[in-house]
Amino acid sequence: MENPVQTDRNPVGISTKKRIRGIGQYGIFIAFILICLVLSVVTPKFLTVSNLTIVVTQVSINALLAFGVTFVIITGGIDLSIGSIVAVTSVVAASFAHPDTYPVVVPILTGLAAGLILGAFNGLVITKSKVPPFIVTLGTMTIGRGLALILSKGRPVSNLSDSFNFIGGGHLLGIPTPILILIVFFIICSVVLKKTVLGRYMYAVGGNEQAAQASGIQLNKVKMVVYTLCGGLAALAGILLTSRITTGQPNAGVGFELDAIAAAIIGGTSTSGGTGTMTGTLIGALLIGVISNGLDLMNVTSYYQQVVMGVIIIGAVVLDSLNQPKS
Amino acid sequence: MNPYYILTVRGLTKTFSGVKALDQVQLNLRKGEVHALMGENGAGKSTFMKILIGLHTPDSGEIVFEGSELKASDVNEVLKKGISMIHQEILIVPELTVAQNIFLGRESNRGFFSWIDEKKLNQKAGVLLEQMGVTISPTTPMKYLSVAEMQMVEIAKAISNDAKVIIMDEPTSALSDKEVATLFGIIRDLKKKGVAIIYISHKMDEIFEISDTITVLRDGNYIDTKPAAELDTPTLIKLMVGREIENLFPASVAQKGAEILLVKNLSRAGKFSNITFAVHAGEVLGIAGLMGAGRTEIARAIFGLDPVDSGEVYLKGNQLIIKTPQDAIRSGIGYVSEDRKKLGFIPGMSVKHNMTLASLPNHAKGLFIQDKSETATAAQMIADLRIKTAGADQKVTFLSGGNQQKVVIGKVLLASPDLVILDEPTRGIDVGAKFEIYKLINRLVSDGIAVIMISSELPEILGLSDRILVLSKGKQTALLTKAEATQETILQYAVH
Repeated sequence: MENPVQTDRNPVGISTKKRIRGIGQYGIFIAFILICLVLSVVTPKFLTVSNLTIVVTQVSINALLAFGVTFVIITGGIDLSIGSIVAVTSVVAASFAHPDTYPVVVPILTGLAAGLILGAFNGLVITKSKVPPFIVTLGTMTIGRGLALILSKGRPVSNLSDSFNFIGGGHLLGIPTPILILIVFFIICSVVLKKTVLGRYMYAVGGNEQAAQASGIQLNKVKMVVYTLCGGLAALAGILLTSRITTGQPNAGVGFELDAIAAAIIGGTSTSGGTGTMTGTLIGALLIGVISNGLDLMNVTSYYQQVVMGVIIIGAVVLDSLNQPKS
Repeated sequence: MNPYYILTVRGLTKTFSGVKALDQVQLNLRKGEVHALMGENGAGKSTFMKILIGLHTPDSGEIVFEGSELKASDVNEVLKKGISMIHQEILIVPELTVAQNIFLGRESNRGFFSWIDEKKLNQKAGVLLEQMGVTISPTTPMKYLSVAEMQMVEIAKAISNDAKVIIMDEPTSALSDKEVATLFGIIRDLKKKGVAIIYISHKMDEIFEISDTITVLRDGNYIDTKPAAELDTPTLIKLMVGREIENLFPASVAQKGAEILLVKNLSRAGKFSNITFAVHAGEVLGIAGLMGAGRTEIARAIFGLDPVDSGEVYLKGNQLIIKTPQDAIRSGIGYVSEDRKKLGFIPGMSVKHNMTLASLPNHAKGLFIQDKSETATAAQMIADLRIKTAGADQKVTFLSGGNQQKVVIGKVLLASPDLVILDEPTRGIDVGAKFEIYKLINRLVSDGIAVIMISSELPEILGLSDRILVLSKGKQTALLTKAEATQETILQYAVH
């Protein structure tokens, strides 16, 4: 036993322990393709370039929110305030976006700043107090809604410049700008999650907080950055929305946080933290968009659509839990 | 300071809300030695180690590491200087790969948004694991490894961190004998490279096999430091508990009574087959065997935690059909699990609420819990089992391992069982508390309860059992009487 390189030191072969992960990872992707196939057969209008363009454009706002909340959920947290951050951003950005006042970067930067500040506020309270993220962000949700109403005096902010309205309503190379923004931020978020130190720390903090701490990771710093990022992405979604509807709306974004969380969960992000991918979340958001579009095309009323959506959320999680290796 | 020592600790004192957890503790650690830190639970070992790695700040005292004083209050700083700890509860991130776990926190030194060179890390991890002589693929997700393999990865992590001091807290508590040998091989290699190891364990034979020096703590006080060669087990125990335990296994006066449990040809595919035995009132049946022999699996099956494929179970002559633990408890079977933290108790609940959990209907009228009756029962049991707790409303998490175990046993007893299955009842608890558990087992059998005791510690099996069932790879290889059984015979049948 003195020789350091001896193969019989191997305690247990891992090959026996390695399980085939089956279709688990790809389950949602397969479900997504199947649903698309079914919809193309049932409604001929579905599989047209113009319809699909509409779907992805509509999905872009929820997807941006879902990217942010995916970061948060991977660290084992939650953010309920993003819908309200959308409203604050909307009002703030719109106030600086009237024609012939400021250049278009000003509404964008002020809007982003509003979202980042609210996100950082979440992070600060969560890390400095021991109050669970659910409660903290629930509070920020209400604070944000109130701020949006105060700043706008309860009225929509209209009359926005053409250059601002281009952000969410324009085309570049024939592609709607929201789709381009979606693609760019999907790539950025994926890279941050998969390739950077920060992304690794998110998985570590959510996977086993104690182990992360024992490895010298500063938990508070990671959480702080994650909630701030989430606020920033919500602000981006808010700017996009404001530009698309060409008004700053203090009542915008009600319930958006739940759609975003749903997209992340359908996409395989575990609410207990430690797992999740941006691709999954994107597919989750697309799945929600495709289904509501398909039901629209089939003339199913929105009442039924909500029921269907709920069933899909639960179904996705049940499917996922069935695929988990049993201890 | 003395260049001879890599780490010296003087006058370390730490108080938690008025209670002195450590009082003037000292330690001298030499390069390339294995230094065992011994003491009962509550002696202050873990507080001491937590201060060393920067998780706690001491009230007073100095820690000198490689000639300069260590400002020990920053985990990161301590890690960088070269002190690593392998925690008893293995601290890994299950979803990340082996390599990602090894380099966690040190992926890159260029900040948060910098790129991770996955290929390089995988390669470095591969080289490292190969040097250690373990064949674990760096890209395997951590969750697919065995406990032993996870431990190896944690050691690899410490080595990759250029650790000069590695603290190992109960590193063998979940390892088989063969895996322990692997670990000891690695420890000996580390020693040759000049790494100092602080080794914490409750297993005496291990301590004497691997350690060079032994430091003993008791009740937060420094007791003594001696070369391992100058000590033997009784002397060491005496230093640890402060009194002599003459006979670790108290004599039993129980009378063997009627047959309580009869198991006939019990089988579960892949786990165990054709198990047949009986247990009588007032009798301890020991179950021995190596890791993976099927000991726990049989207990789990009898208790309804796992299904069986064939075979019969009779309790007091009546055939039982047990599908859930609830059926088992109703029929009069109690089970104290080997995994205290997972199956034994609910950490956030009080001692009282944990104890009455299995017998709550006895303390309820309709839907409402009768607090008075519950409190009285819990208080009685706390006194009976001599559980050291601040009170019945104390959360179980704050109790020492031995006292937590007593709470679990108390819970089982409150459901008035005819048969109690104890699975590794003394795992991870210290000598003094072990002795208490042994006395408790004797009391159970004198009260006419039948006891099945599963244990990996042969002295325990030999000292307490009236008869011993030996298993090997899921098969029953011997049923020995107390007179027939010796360590050698049991081992012979266990590797059959």
